[in-house]
Amino acid sequence: MPRSGPYRLAAVVLAVSAVGLAACSGGNDGRPIIGLITKTDTNPFFVTMKKGAQAQAAKDGIDLRTFAGKIDGDNESQVTAIENLMALGAKGFMITPNDSRAIVPAIDRAKEAGLAVIALDTQLDPAGAADSTFATDNFTAGKLVGEWAKAKLGDRAQDAHIAFLDLTPDQVSVDVQRDQGFMEGFGIDVGDPNRIGDENDPRISGHDVTDGAAEGGRTAMENLLQREPDINLVYAINEPAAAGAYEALKAAGKADSVVLVAVDGGCPGVQSVKDRQLGATSQQYPLKMASDGVTAISKFASTGARPSNPAGKDFTDTGVTLITDDPQSGVESEDTTFGAENCWG
Amino acid sequence: MSTQTPGEGEVLHRVELTDRTPVMRARGLVKRYGRVTALDGSDLELYPGEILAVIGDNGAGKSSLIKALSGALVPDSGEIWLDGEPVHFRTPMDARTAGIETVYQTLAVAPGLDIADNLFLGREERRPGPLGSIFRMLDHQHMRSEAQRHMGELGIATLQDIGQAVESLSGGQRQGVAVARSAAFGSKVVILDEPTAALGVKEGNRVLQLIRDVRDRGLPVILISHNMPHVFEVADRIHIQRLGRRVAVVTPASHSMSDTVAIMTGAAPPPPIE
Amino acid sequence: MTTGFEERRQESAQDRIQHVLHDRPTLGPLAVLLLAVIVFSVINTRFFNPENLSLVLQQVTVIALLALGQTLIILTAGIDLSAGAIAVFSSILMANLAFDAGFPGVLALLLGLVFGTLMGAVNGILVTRLGLPPFIVTLGTLSVFFSLNSVVSGSETVRGSDMPAIMTWTGETIPIGSFRLTYGSIIMLLLFGFFFYLLAHTAWGKHVRATGDDAEAARLAGIRTDRVLLSVYVVAGAVYGVAAWVLMGRLASADPNVGTEYNLDSITAVVLGGTSLFGGRGGVIGTLVGALIVGVFRNGLVLAGVQVVWQGFAIGLLVLLAVTIDQWIRKVRA
Repeated sequence: MPRSGPYRLAAVVLAVSAVGLAACSGGNDGRPIIGLITKTDTNPFFVTMKKGAQAQAAKDGIDLRTFAGKIDGDNESQVTAIENLMALGAKGFMITPNDSRAIVPAIDRAKEAGLAVIALDTQLDPAGAADSTFATDNFTAGKLVGEWAKAKLGDRAQDAHIAFLDLTPDQVSVDVQRDQGFMEGFGIDVGDPNRIGDENDPRISGHDVTDGAAEGGRTAMENLLQREPDINLVYAINEPAAAGAYEALKAAGKADSVVLVAVDGGCPGVQSVKDRQLGATSQQYPLKMASDGVTAISKFASTGARPSNPAGKDFTDTGVTLITDDPQSGVESEDTTFGAENCWG
Repeated sequence: MSTQTPGEGEVLHRVELTDRTPVMRARGLVKRYGRVTALDGSDLELYPGEILAVIGDNGAGKSSLIKALSGALVPDSGEIWLDGEPVHFRTPMDARTAGIETVYQTLAVAPGLDIADNLFLGREERRPGPLGSIFRMLDHQHMRSEAQRHMGELGIATLQDIGQAVESLSGGQRQGVAVARSAAFGSKVVILDEPTAALGVKEGNRVLQLIRDVRDRGLPVILISHNMPHVFEVADRIHIQRLGRRVAVVTPASHSMSDTVAIMTGAAPPPPIE
Repeated sequence: MTTGFEERRQESAQDRIQHVLHDRPTLGPLAVLLLAVIVFSVINTRFFNPENLSLVLQQVTVIALLALGQTLIILTAGIDLSAGAIAVFSSILMANLAFDAGFPGVLALLLGLVFGTLMGAVNGILVTRLGLPPFIVTLGTLSVFFSLNSVVSGSETVRGSDMPAIMTWTGETIPIGSFRLTYGSIIMLLLFGFFFYLLAHTAWGKHVRATGDDAEAARLAGIRTDRVLLSVYVVAGAVYGVAAWVLMGRLASADPNVGTEYNLDSITAVVLGGTSLFGGRGGVIGTLVGALIVGVFRNGLVLAGVQVVWQGFAIGLLVLLAVTIDQWIRKVRA
């Protein structure tokens, strides 16, 4: 079989088209360049973020360049994106870091070169590496659904059986903050707030991981139900995981008797709340993060005022709202009509 | 399978062969690769019931000649006749269909499959009736018993489990499987490319015996080998290839091993071809 | 008459084990599966009840189907990194054909199946016509299919309630006592039976193995190895298409963001099932066992109350063990 010939040919074709693409995307008409670097470009959360940034950029007369990691956790592509932005003479950029720590040296170089850097959704490590961070307060997001669940269960909260459907085994910050926030809101002693799994409240039936996806949510829920058939409250890291968990509960005939809460506020999630599959969810606002980010950097481009966090805070809270059609007294919430108007994805 | 009469094999060593019809004949085969000429008008005759050894130095065009005869290579010009009929092979399968079986130096056995599967590889037999025609079910039982029979005819069946994977066999045993396959399916000619090259002395001798067995069953054999003692042990005639052509045909009786090597390397002039 | 090829050699116990495993590569995985079932049953009595076992079967159904197609490809000494991408993209095509374009459910499913098959054919054509290594080809098509998937879906999930019922029918269950068998699992088991038959009892099966074992030898034996390879990728694509349907039943939706881990998970199941990554050796029954091993470990470890980090650890160790055993038994000699 002639292997080397066509293979080399294909490689040449690829290389040539890559060079061609790079050449085409040059060109600038004097508008200030701002970059947006997301974790991936497939997740609806980041798709929404991109839309928000594009809309704001069009309004402010900004040349927005968008980049993304190839997969979740792809730090390399993000470093390359930063280098490209520096080469393009960008005024600054927004980034949702795939690796909060590993990206910092590249960020530092960009700042030294005079670029403004805003972290979106996820903080850098250390948080001060970015000029500012526009993010959801994930702890509050978790806490809101925790408080709601506690009020919803009422007396039964004392002997609840709770399943936690977390993200991954790695204890990443968003996973930990939401999980621990929920516990705090529900009235569970969280022990170390930076660690999932060090609690010893008997109401915790178990933790499992979902990868934040429906399949993982379903499998995790099925397995936890086998271990603890009495589970009556489920916290899920996000709405896809909750959707999977709902299917497992339905198959086990427990969809009506178990309370299910999540965090995100994506449009399918809000619809699930409306359909009463999901009791409540905490809605976050990626669109606002991005549009605020563009505004802050374009202000820096025109006035030279670096973006910064509010005094005494290490990030700028873009807000979170509890969405439910079953409001509980003492817990502030909005209904699904509001949720649907403000949802993303 | 053969048109040969009993006892002919014995006579072959002595009688003149020119008045007989060759099973296979090639005239003026030419094959060029760019500026390199692999075959420069090569001829060949193979007579019924003989072992014809093909020898030559590296680059003499042995492999190209064999490939042309077995369909693995299409010559630029020249003609091949099989049983007097001109043939034009485009693929190895064409040659096979015409009754020419080749055992390649690389053996061409699938190590993970068992002996029976290997014997029938590429020409599996299906069960009779709807099981075979609709469900495409293979007739394992028949193929195994046939495989057992073929191996038995060559005297290499008694010990082997026919369902044993070929990779668990020794080199000589694998060669046995490959030769058995060619003998089982070759109706006109069996071509063996360096069958003893990778084997030790003992196993080499067993394979030589196998080759004689194949001939004695009436199938003419073309044997390509570097190993002169082996060639002189089994060959009825020796075709000497040099610089892309046949320069001489000798017999173990007419020439000594050293004379033969001298002709092969060009150190001695070739005798005229009869 | 015999030419006396026989050679007798003393066999140690180790040699005998090696031979047995070599002849029946499914035995090792089966032993692991049985052992795991016994251990987990002892640790938590809830493990070995019909309801839980039926859940394990449901949980492995999609991966088992992907691993089925993957097995065929690995048997030819190839690998398919795009298995999950083809299945997820097919499910998105099925769902959007029904939901956006308003096609009848059955037609949407059939068209999705055709697309899955075509994606397999693309892999096959690149591998056979251009002679590119399967690893590179499927690495490329993995990205291509996932990107198209994002474009077509707009990264939006189609909910089961918005689709015709037939699209999620594979998630419906038939109760057998407290054992809940889904139609998806039945389809999966039937396909395994079908491919077991094809591999063991048809010429195609022999040719697939021979091609993976030694492609050059197979070609010289008269097998059209290019055709065999192409057929394998096409058939695998069709199997992934079926997996797409089963996936929608399992999730009661079509989600474009699942499946990034399916590609490697399917390879894990194949390797655990004793199929050699070097081709030619192994089979689909082993793969089913391999998929069950993953499901049993995951479920059993949760029931045993083991922290989730150790699930990945345990599966990783099993994979290494499986590959080591494969290397060892491949060295078998008479």
